[in-house]
Amino acid sequence: MSAPVLSVSNLTIDLPRNADRQHAVHDVSFDVAPGEVVCLVGESGSGKSVIAFSVMGLLAKALTIANGTIQLENEDLTRADETRLRELRCTRMGMIFQEPMTALNPVMRCGDQIDEVLQEHTDLGAGERRQRVIDMIEQVHLPDPERMYNSYPHQLSGGQRQRIMIAMALILEPVLLIADEPTTALDVTTQAQILHLIRELQSERNTGVLFITHDFGVVAELADRVAVLKQGELVELGTTQQVLSAPTHPYTKMLIASVPVHEPPVRAAIPEDAPVVLKTEALDKQYKSFSFGGGKQVVDAARDVSIEVRKGETLGIVGESGSGKSTVARCITWLIQSSDGRIWLAGDDIAKMPKRDLHALRQKVQIVFQDPYRSLNPRRTVGQSIIEGPLNYGESKADAWAHAQELMQLVQLDPEGLDRYPHQFSGGQRQRICIARALAMRPELLVADEAVSALDVSVQAQVLQLLEQIRDRMQLAMLFITHDLRVAAQICDVVAVMSKGQVVEYGPTRDVFNNPQHEYTRALFDAAPGRDFAFARSDS
Amino acid sequence: MWTYLFKRILAVIPVLLVVLVVVFLMLRLTPGDPAANIAGDAATSEDIAELRIELGLEEPLPVQFAIYVRNLLKGDFGESFYYKRPVISMIADGIEPTLSLALFTIVLACLVAVPLGTLAAYKQGTWIDRLVMGFSVVGFSVPVFVIGYILIYFLSVKLDWFPVQGYQHIADGIGGWAYRLVLPSTALSVIFIALIARMTRTSVLEVLSEDYIRTARAKGLPQMKVLLKHALRNAAVPIVTIIGIAIAILISGVVVTESVFVIPGLGLLTLDAIQGRDYPTVQALIILFSVVYVVINLLIDVIYTLLDPRIRY
Amino acid sequence: MTDQFPDESSQQQTAADTAVISAESAEAIEVREQPSVWSRLLRHPSVIIGGLLLTLIVGLVPAAPFLTSLDPTDISPRNRNKPPGFMTVHKDEEGSKYEVKAVMGTDKLGRDVFARVIYGARVSLMVGLCVAFIAVSIGLLIGLLAGYFRLLDAIVMRFMDGLMAIPAILLAIALVSLSGASLFTVIMAIVIPEIPRVVRLVRSIVLSIREEPYVEAAISVGTPTPKILYRHVLPNTIAPLIVQGTFICGSAILLEAILSFLGVGVPPEIPTWGNIMAQGRDLFQIYPHSIFYPGIFLTLTVLAINMLGDGLRDTIDPRMSREF
Repeated sequence: MSAPVLSVSNLTIDLPRNADRQHAVHDVSFDVAPGEVVCLVGESGSGKSVIAFSVMGLLAKALTIANGTIQLENEDLTRADETRLRELRCTRMGMIFQEPMTALNPVMRCGDQIDEVLQEHTDLGAGERRQRVIDMIEQVHLPDPERMYNSYPHQLSGGQRQRIMIAMALILEPVLLIADEPTTALDVTTQAQILHLIRELQSERNTGVLFITHDFGVVAELADRVAVLKQGELVELGTTQQVLSAPTHPYTKMLIASVPVHEPPVRAAIPEDAPVVLKTEALDKQYKSFSFGGGKQVVDAARDVSIEVRKGETLGIVGESGSGKSTVARCITWLIQSSDGRIWLAGDDIAKMPKRDLHALRQKVQIVFQDPYRSLNPRRTVGQSIIEGPLNYGESKADAWAHAQELMQLVQLDPEGLDRYPHQFSGGQRQRICIARALAMRPELLVADEAVSALDVSVQAQVLQLLEQIRDRMQLAMLFITHDLRVAAQICDVVAVMSKGQVVEYGPTRDVFNNPQHEYTRALFDAAPGRDFAFARSDS
Repeated sequence: MWTYLFKRILAVIPVLLVVLVVVFLMLRLTPGDPAANIAGDAATSEDIAELRIELGLEEPLPVQFAIYVRNLLKGDFGESFYYKRPVISMIADGIEPTLSLALFTIVLACLVAVPLGTLAAYKQGTWIDRLVMGFSVVGFSVPVFVIGYILIYFLSVKLDWFPVQGYQHIADGIGGWAYRLVLPSTALSVIFIALIARMTRTSVLEVLSEDYIRTARAKGLPQMKVLLKHALRNAAVPIVTIIGIAIAILISGVVVTESVFVIPGLGLLTLDAIQGRDYPTVQALIILFSVVYVVINLLIDVIYTLLDPRIRY
Repeated sequence: MTDQFPDESSQQQTAADTAVISAESAEAIEVREQPSVWSRLLRHPSVIIGGLLLTLIVGLVPAAPFLTSLDPTDISPRNRNKPPGFMTVHKDEEGSKYEVKAVMGTDKLGRDVFARVIYGARVSLMVGLCVAFIAVSIGLLIGLLAGYFRLLDAIVMRFMDGLMAIPAILLAIALVSLSGASLFTVIMAIVIPEIPRVVRLVRSIVLSIREEPYVEAAISVGTPTPKILYRHVLPNTIAPLIVQGTFICGSAILLEAILSFLGVGVPPEIPTWGNIMAQGRDLFQIYPHSIFYPGIFLTLTVLAINMLGDGLRDTIDPRMSREF
C-alpha cells in the first residue's frame, strides 16, 4: 500500500483541568491510506470527534495537544501555524459535519458558499468558478444545479444540504476527507444515499476518508478499517471484517453484542383471548393554517390510522421523521387532540371525550419521551417527580413513596436516589426514572416515544431489556415508537410501518421483516446500514 | 413575502386602536372635569357647561370616541386651547428640529456602536472587551440631561467651542445646523451607543458559536472574512431589532434633550402643551409619536425579509 | 475564537454513564458539587462593585439625619445661590446662630444642596423599589395567564403591544400631569409602561417551558393546570424576573428623575434628585453645582443597580436575556 495520507501517532489531547478526566484522547495512533475509509467508532465521550477536529486544527481553545504528531502527507500539522492550516483546509483536507441543518450559512446562497472555497484558494475568474461549482453540484447528484446554486439552505432538505457540504469539502479534491457523523441527523433512506455518494466520490478520486460514527451498521456498510475508542483510548484497530466479526477487546465485544440484530427473534405468541387495551379506528390529525392568497392549507399529520394493542403485547410504529408516528402517540396520550376517528382505551372512546371525564382515564395510558435530559423537572427531586401523578389521583403520600421505592428497584436504581435531583443521574438512569414515573400511575398502556433513541448503544440495550421485562411482569400493552428498524425488530410483536401520515404495512414483526409487501417498507429495509453483515454475537 | 407583509400591516391596526383607546380614555377618565381644567380657575359654572357642550363632552363615551377617531382619520387634530392654532400646523413647525436631532443621533450611534460591539465580541475576554462593556454599562446609567449639562458646561461655557443652546434651521445653512446639533446629538447618542454596542457584541458572539462559522473556518477562510462576511451579516437581525426598540427610548430622549438644549421641536412642544394643559395638542403628539414607533417597527420587519431569506412566508 | 467542544460537552454525564451501567450498579453516580449560586455571585466583579456602591447609597437613607443637621426643605433667603464650601448661617430653635459649611452649595431658595441630595436618596430608592415590585408582580400574573391560556393571550398581548407603542416618558408625563403630581401617581405612571415588558418576558418563558417534555409528562400524569403553572412553570420565571426587576428599578429611578427634572414629577417641595436639578436649571451656567451633585448621585445609583443586574444575569440567568 502507498504512503498514508494521514498518520496520527501517539496523539494525546488534554482536557481542561476541571474536567472529570485528564485526557480527551490518550496515546492514539492510526493511519489512513489513499482511497481508504477508516471509521473511528465509539460512544459519546469517547473522544472520536476531538480527533477529527484536531486534524483540521479546529480544536476548541480549552483542549490542547499534549503529545504526538498528526502527519498529513508527511507534514506535521501539530507544528503548522494558523496560516498554513488555513491553506491546507479544503485544498488537502476537507470536512463535513453532523448537522447539515445548521452547518450552512442561512443568509448566503448555496452556490456562493461553495464558491467561497474557490475564491479563497484559487485564482480562477468568476465565470470559471461558477462553472466548476455547477459541475461539482452535478457530481453530488443534486437535481437542477443552476437552481441549487441560487437556493438558500432553508429551501433544501437535510440530505440536499449534506450534499452541498460534500461538494464544498471535495471541490478542490483534497487527499483527505473528514466526516464527523455526517448521516446521524438524517433519515435512514437519506443516510444510505449519502453513504453511497461518499463511497462513490472517494473511490473516484482515491480520497482517504476518516469517518466518525457511533453506528456499527454504518461501519459495516462503509469502512475498510475500524478503530474503536473507549474514553479517549484506542482499544481495537483492524479491518472491518476482523473487528466486527471477531472482536478481541472485551469493550468491543460488549459494544457489538449490544447492537440489536436486524433479524427479529421468535417471540412467545400473545394469547388469542388477551383483551384489547388500545384500538384506534381511522384516526386523523390535521393541522390547518390560513394564509393570505393561499387560502386554507391542510396538512395531514396522520391519516386513517387504525391500530390495535392487546394486553402483554408490544406494537411498534416504525417510520422516518415526518411520518406521523409521534403524532399518533401524542393523540393517544391526549397531549394533542385528534381531528377525527376513534381512540378506544380499555373500552372507552377517548377521542372526543370532554376534559373532565378524561382525567380518570389519563391514568391508564402513560408515556416515556425521547430526551432524558428534558423529561424531568430539574428543580424537583426524582421522588417528587415519580409521586406527582399518584398524588393527583388521591394516593396518600406514604403509599406513593413506598410504591416509588419499589419502582426504583424495578428499574434497577437505588431507592435512595429518590431524594436526589435529575442532574445527579446519567442519561440512561434518567430514562429509567421516567419509566418508573410512568409505571407509578399503574397504566395499562405504556407509550415509548423514541425512548431509547438518545441513548448510547450499550445503554440502549439495557433499557430495551428493562422495558421487555417490565412489560412481561406487569402484562402491559406497549406502544413503541421508533425510527430504528433494529430496535423495532428486537422488541415488537407487531409492527406498523408509517409513511406520510399513513400506515403502509401492518403485521407480525417477523412477517413484515422477512417478507415486506409494500414498496416503501422494502426501500426502508434496504436502506438499513450493515443489514447483511454478520456481527459477532459473543456470549459475553 | 407579500403575505407576510400584508399580515404584518394588518397586525398594526389593533395596536394603533389600543393606542387610540388608551389616549382617549386617559384624557377623558382622569379625575377632574377636562372642561374645568381647560377653562381655568376663573371660569364660572356656565362657562364650563358651555365648554362641555362645545367639546362634545355631553355625548356618551362611545359617541365621543367615534367622533374623535373620525376627526383623526380626516387629519383633523383639533385646535390648540393655548395658542388657538390648529394643532397640525404646530406639529409641522416642530418636525424639522426633532427629525434632525433624531436622525443625527441614530446615525452617529450606529456608526460608533456597531464596530465597537463587533470589536468587543472579536476580542472577547480581553481588556478591549471589558472597556467597551464597562462604557456600555456606564452609558446606560447616565441620564441624558446630566450628560447634556456636562457637555454644555465644559465645551460651551468653559471652552466656548459650541453654542450653549438653541437650534438653526437647515434652510439657514447646513453648517450652522450641523454645528448646533453636535452637542445635543452626542448627549443623546450615549445611551444608544451603549445599547447597540452591547447588543452587537451579544449577537456576534452568539453567531460565532454557530455551526456555519465552524464550516467557514473549515473552508480555510481568514478570521476577518469569517467575522465580517459570515458573523456580522447573520447578527444583523437582532441588531436591527434593538434599533427598533431604541426608537422608543429615542422619543423619550428627544423630549428631554430638546428641553435641555432649548430646541424648538416636538419634544419641547409636548412639554409646553402639558404644562399649559393643552389637551388637543398633547393627544395629537402622543398619537403621533406612537404611530412613528409602530411604523418604524413595521419598516424593520420589512428589512428583516431583506436580511434573512428564511423569513418569507 | 469560537469554541468547538464537539461531543465532549455532554461528556461529564455520559462518561460516568458508561462506567456505571457497565458495572451494572444500581446507584446514582457521585455528584460533582457545583459552586452555589451565592458563592458565584460573590465572586462576580460587577456584583461586588455594584453591591458595595448600592449599599453605601442605601446607607444614606437611615444615615441622613446624622450626616447633616439641616432640614432639606428649609428656605433661607440670605443663603441663596452659594457655591460649594461656603459657610452658611442658620438659626437653631432657640434663635442662636451657627455656621454650617455648605459642602455642595445652596440652591436659589437657599436650601442646602448636600442635605437635599442625601435626603433625596430616600425618594429615589423608594420609587425604584416600589416600581420594580409592583411592575414585576402585575406583569408576572398577566404573563403567566397569557402564556398558558390562548384565548386570553391574543387579547392581552394586543393590548400590551399597544401600550408599548406609546413612549414610556410621554405616557408617564401625561398620567402625572392629568392626575396631579404626588408620589403615588408618579410611581403608578412609571409602573404602567413597564408592565408590558415584564408580561412579554414572562410569556416568552411560559411558552418555551410549556413545550418541555417534563411539562407534558406532568400533563399526562394528570396534574391540573394551576399546579403545573405553580410547580413547573413559575420557578423558571424567578431568576429572569429578579434580573429584570433590578433593571426596572434602575430605569424607574432614572425616569422619576427625568419627570421631576421636567417639572411633572414629584411635588417640588419634596427633595428628590430630579427636583434639585430642576431648581438649578435657570442659573446653571453660573452655579452648576445644584445640577452636578445630584447628577453624580443619580448616575452612581443607577450604575450600581445596572452593574448588579448585569452580574445577576451572568450568574443566575444564563439565558442571557436580551431585555434591558
